[in-house]
Amino acid sequence: MRIKAIVLTAAATALVVGCSTAEKAVDKASKAASSAAAKMAPKAKPKLLSGASAAMLSNTCAGCHGTNGASGGPATPTIAGLEEEYFVDVMNQFKSGERYSTIMGRIAKGYTDDEIKAMAGHFSKMEFKPALNQTARSATGAKLHDEYCEKCHEDGGTDPEGIVLAGQWVPYINWTMWDFANGVSKIADKKMKKKFDAMIAEHGKKSITELVAFYGSRSK
Amino acid sequence: MTISRRRFIQTTGLATVVGAVGAPYIAMGATKKVVVVGGGTGGATAAKYIRMADPSIEVTLIEANPHYYTCYMSNEVLSGERSLDSIRFGYTGLGKHGVKVVNDTVTGIDAKARTVKTAGGKTFHYDRCIVAPGIDFKWDTIEGYDANVAEKIPHAWKAGPQTALLRRQLESMRDGGTVVICPPGNPFRCPPGPYERASQIAHYLKHHKPKSKIIILDPKPKFSKMGLFVQGWKDLYGYETPNSMIEWRGSAQGSNDNAVVKVDAGNMSVTTGFDDVVKADVLNVIPNQKAGKIAFAAGLTNDSGWCPINLHTFESTIHPNIHVIGDASIAKGMPKSGYAANSEAKVCAASIVALLNGQEPGTPAYVNTCYSIVGKDYGISVAAVYKLAEDGSKITKVSGGLTPKNASAEARKREVAYAHSWFKNITSDIFG
Repeated sequence: MRIKAIVLTAAATALVVGCSTAEKAVDKASKAASSAAAKMAPKAKPKLLSGASAAMLSNTCAGCHGTNGASGGPATPTIAGLEEEYFVDVMNQFKSGERYSTIMGRIAKGYTDDEIKAMAGHFSKMEFKPALNQTARSATGAKLHDEYCEKCHEDGGTDPEGIVLAGQWVPYINWTMWDFANGVSKIADKKMKKKFDAMIAEHGKKSITELVAFYGSRSK
Repeated sequence: MTISRRRFIQTTGLATVVGAVGAPYIAMGATKKVVVVGGGTGGATAAKYIRMADPSIEVTLIEANPHYYTCYMSNEVLSGERSLDSIRFGYTGLGKHGVKVVNDTVTGIDAKARTVKTAGGKTFHYDRCIVAPGIDFKWDTIEGYDANVAEKIPHAWKAGPQTALLRRQLESMRDGGTVVICPPGNPFRCPPGPYERASQIAHYLKHHKPKSKIIILDPKPKFSKMGLFVQGWKDLYGYETPNSMIEWRGSAQGSNDNAVVKVDAGNMSVTTGFDDVVKADVLNVIPNQKAGKIAFAAGLTNDSGWCPINLHTFESTIHPNIHVIGDASIAKGMPKSGYAANSEAKVCAASIVALLNGQEPGTPAYVNTCYSIVGKDYGISVAAVYKLAEDGSKITKVSGGLTPKNASAEARKREVAYAHSWFKNITSDIFG
């Protein structure tokens, strides 16, 4: 008579302990097996083909960021039209963890400096198309922008140097700024850090919401 | 790499044909033709990206249905979080890229004559053919379950009417009912899908029929994103408590204890390999899978029931000039996911454009990104960046991984927003 694999039936609490133990056992066994195989195999890490073209590398991003980097939202940012240097910096910040991310850190680590540079060049040539945010314009946000941001993010944040803020997807810039404010992400640029900190000190974190509403209201 | 004797003969045989017929054909400047069989994620992406890279290539896409329903996000239709219409896509977008879309069923592919024949009686010539038929079911593996029974007991693993049927059944189920989900054995389309499905159904039941229960009868000892799903089920659905809404019964490696071996449609029950009879109010049986029908008709499959390919170009290792992408292919190292099919299609498209222009295919790059929505504001993901092994033996992961186990509530909430963005962008990348 066969004995049912009770340990894998995860209904009642008592059985659940067995479940996680069994899982661990399976994990352990498969790890042991694979490490044994690795020891026996002469080539544990196969050599990989490098040198994919900028287009080939960049087209893999479209599933999340849209064809040619133009995101349809509602949260993933448009990466079309990003300045090359900015693209490289942010990818490296994702890699190091200096900039917080849910998924981009895991992905950024898969690319070499040369590959990141190639993608940066590719997307910098793509046209930035403003997001179709449904945000009401904030006059307070406009004032905050003029006071703290306009000097670098010129023309109301439409200037393509760095990142185009006006017309970017709202959830993305909102989260990015909250991560700056909460110290989860580091602001790499010293001047920007000074300005950003000053804004928070003088107007509180709620100023982020106003600022974001201003950037989100750009329609074209 | 060794070339088998059969393959060697095929290749040299082909070279002769190209020498005799192909060269003057190209010299005369005739239009290069690609025929794509199947308008799902892989096929539609490949058709579009070939046209984007080289508009001089004539691309014909043949698809039996006027619309495509994505399997991804169809679990949100089951929970009532989105409409069936929101996962339905047509082909006008491809038309704008100059793809000729033909609404017909491909019945055969002649690899020697390089022609595709359809049920409508048409014949299409190709220089390169892309076969992207998705999956078919191994109906003979579960006693009492076949395509006819599936009209009553849905698999809902090809989205569309099947999804609508399962949704209706969930809606009409009494509070206190039991939903039984029977996932397939490996390999199958969308590895985390059955568990996201359990999560989405639990989300619906929790709010509308809280006395109900879900039992997952699994032929496997573990599953994709298992740790994260279990954690999510604990956080949201009381998993591992006496009141758990979800109960997962796995089968130890090599056993079929909790695998469904028989379906009794009249009695609405299933029998497991251990002879347990489990009664259900709503029953979702997802059978084991193989490559789509046309892959078999065209002789593109091996003993595994899937299509062996060159991982650099996705060209079949059985029939030259035919490429197989998506779920039907054996893309060693990549999962059978929508994002993988989209990524494979782009590698294949770039290779075909190069080959038709007399160039060597460039170095490929592949990515997979897969989100699962466990419940309200609760998203998890797995991602990978891949490169091809130099010897062509495997698509090898260079980075990636799962959502961290200790991710904050805020992070899980953001992953839901990114999952919805993923859906919007990938579907527009495919069909737009």
